[in-house]
Amino acid sequence: MLALPPAPAPAPRRQLFVGTALACSAGTMLIGGMLAIWLRFRKVAMAGTTHLWVPKGISIPEVASNIMLFSFIGICIFAQWAVYAAKRDDKSHVGLALLLTGLLGLAVINAQAAVYAQMNLPIRPKDGTSAYGVMFYAITGTFLVFMIIGVVFSFVTAFRYLGGRTSEREIVTSHAIYWYFAAAAFTMLWFVVYVTK
Amino acid sequence: MTTIDTASHSTSEASTASASHALSTVGAWITTSDHKRLGRMLIGCGLIALLGIGAVGGLLGLERIDVNTTTLGSGSIDQMFSIFRVGLAFFAVLPVMLGLGVAVVPLQLGARALAFPRLAAAGFWAWFFGMALVVLSILANGGPGGGTSKYVALYISAFAVMLGGLTMIAISLATTVLTTRAPGMNMRRVPTFAWSVLVSSLGLVIVLPVVIGASIYLYVSYRYNRIPFGGNEGILDWTGFSMTQPQTFLYVLPAVGFFAELIPVTARKRMPMRGFVLAGLGLVGVAAITGATQLPHLLPWRGSKLYLGHFSTKLGDLISYGLFNIVPVLGVVIVVLLGPLAFAAKKGQRVAPKITAPFIFGFFGVTMLLVGMVASILDGVIDLGLQGTVYEEGTYTYVCYGAILAALGAVTYWGPKLWGRRLADKKVMPLALLGVLAVVLSSLPYLVAGFADQPAGAITFSYGGPHALWNTLTTIGHFLMVLTVLAYVGLALQGFRKGDLAGDDPWDAHTLEWATSSPPPANNFVELHTVMSPQPLLDLKPSPDAPKTETA
Repeated sequence: MLALPPAPAPAPRRQLFVGTALACSAGTMLIGGMLAIWLRFRKVAMAGTTHLWVPKGISIPEVASNIMLFSFIGICIFAQWAVYAAKRDDKSHVGLALLLTGLLGLAVINAQAAVYAQMNLPIRPKDGTSAYGVMFYAITGTFLVFMIIGVVFSFVTAFRYLGGRTSEREIVTSHAIYWYFAAAAFTMLWFVVYVTK
Repeated sequence: MTTIDTASHSTSEASTASASHALSTVGAWITTSDHKRLGRMLIGCGLIALLGIGAVGGLLGLERIDVNTTTLGSGSIDQMFSIFRVGLAFFAVLPVMLGLGVAVVPLQLGARALAFPRLAAAGFWAWFFGMALVVLSILANGGPGGGTSKYVALYISAFAVMLGGLTMIAISLATTVLTTRAPGMNMRRVPTFAWSVLVSSLGLVIVLPVVIGASIYLYVSYRYNRIPFGGNEGILDWTGFSMTQPQTFLYVLPAVGFFAELIPVTARKRMPMRGFVLAGLGLVGVAAITGATQLPHLLPWRGSKLYLGHFSTKLGDLISYGLFNIVPVLGVVIVVLLGPLAFAAKKGQRVAPKITAPFIFGFFGVTMLLVGMVASILDGVIDLGLQGTVYEEGTYTYVCYGAILAALGAVTYWGPKLWGRRLADKKVMPLALLGVLAVVLSSLPYLVAGFADQPAGAITFSYGGPHALWNTLTTIGHFLMVLTVLAYVGLALQGFRKGDLAGDDPWDAHTLEWATSSPPPANNFVELHTVMSPQPLLDLKPSPDAPKTETA
């Protein structure tokens, strides 16, 4: 066997951070692809005879959807606060910031449930042809899964950090990256699904 | 008596111990997160799946020989076409390519393990069970065109799970190349195979989630309101783009990377203009944008004569068509054209190429997939009228089977590292020639039949050409491919268990995987290595042109 000169131990290369960024890219493409199909169906529906995309009698609860958007501003600030505090080894503030992030994530999930309840949108439309119902539940449901993953991520990060692994700052940074992705994805979704309707 | 008792006891103990050992071995493989085992599991399952898919391809060819009768039953034809298309890309080609990456890339990078090995293991099992459920749903009359609702729904969800698993593996591989390289190995020094795996993985991370998103819509739509997405007939309309060219170029890119890796090893010198090789492999990544747009990019030319009206529209069409269809092919052409440079001797330099079985497989495999790629460029020209004909199936088979042929070469090349034993070149080389014959026969007739307007996805049709001849040749081609893979698997099972010991560096190669023992220890390398160039192992070897010194 040929022997190469031994090298020093490799410097950490932010594996979790890069992996999270790639996973977020995949998530962005998933939501982006779904939004593209949404826009295509909307365009066809608007060009049709009825010029209707949202079924008659259905109104989108804008208060709840706007609150969700504003919640993401808080989520991003708290997630970044956790990174800031972790750099200063401020364990209590890291824990507080992570828990607040998780709680706001839960609030967004709750707001989404409120949107479903207020809209009372039948997934099977009466005329049987409109795609709005299935597409609305498919895209918002997919995003809900991302929210649940984010909340679990927040609590796992808090659990690990408060449990004593304070040297693992990378997970806190990765956690922030994930929430930035979720905020960007929701902003796209909010604009297409809740604003342009 | 005592002896007998003891012997009896020992036998019983031995058989229990043997059973327990076998059980623990199986358990170790099932629960493994070791990249070498995961890679071999992906390659093995992919090749076994290919046997079934090749047989389906053969049966479909058989059905099309006589255009007036059906033996499979007209109800199952759509499902057979679907399973062939889905299976070739997602049961066989992509898993085999990713499996090669999983098994070899960490070794090439001087890494001890994959990044996120448990994610890769979860990805493997998600892919495996997704694939099993896709097959089950098709057998139970589900899938595209299927008649049993719950199994159509099962097909859609299993398809999404399968792609989710492949995405997980791609994330793990891309992170590995980006973060776990040996000290001194910057991105320009990454081996060409690892580079191609990176480009392919990043492309998959971009494209596969788009297909998964479409599948989510399909599933919810199918369960609650079938009209908008076309029910069971609409499945391939919405996900079919992931199984056409140039999307498939992303899947087969590691095969090209393997061949690029092998060229300088065969020429026994450093690869000249290596940066261009990396750029060429990178260009193939442009295919990912096509997947992200979920559309074929066609060239409407309005009439067979040179029509120059509406010039600006035409220019726009040409740019989009060229970017998405020609640029990825150009990338592979660059890699192939640079190959001969490695064999050219400079003044005062000796070049003594060593042609081996992996090179033969790689050469023919990449040639075949390049033919498919170049042919697929014509498919987008609307005026040629090839859309909706078997021409596209011909290019698809060329690309996928070509990649499998190259992958067999890759297994022959890296097998000695993974198993510690090598296959005899003399036994394996004829299979490469049989494989070429199989690829040509299974694909080329459909390129011709496409120009004669044989429709795609249909078994009853009529056209003036000798359709029985083309379809007979295609049938023979598919079954020859099955025979090639079957024979190779048989040789590999025997050779990698009982063949000659390989040694650590049997090919006199250039990259880091050959610096460790064969098979490698648990953490791949006993000590870490400093990399000074793209050919770290070659740096330590005496130059063939150096004057020989007397040894005592």
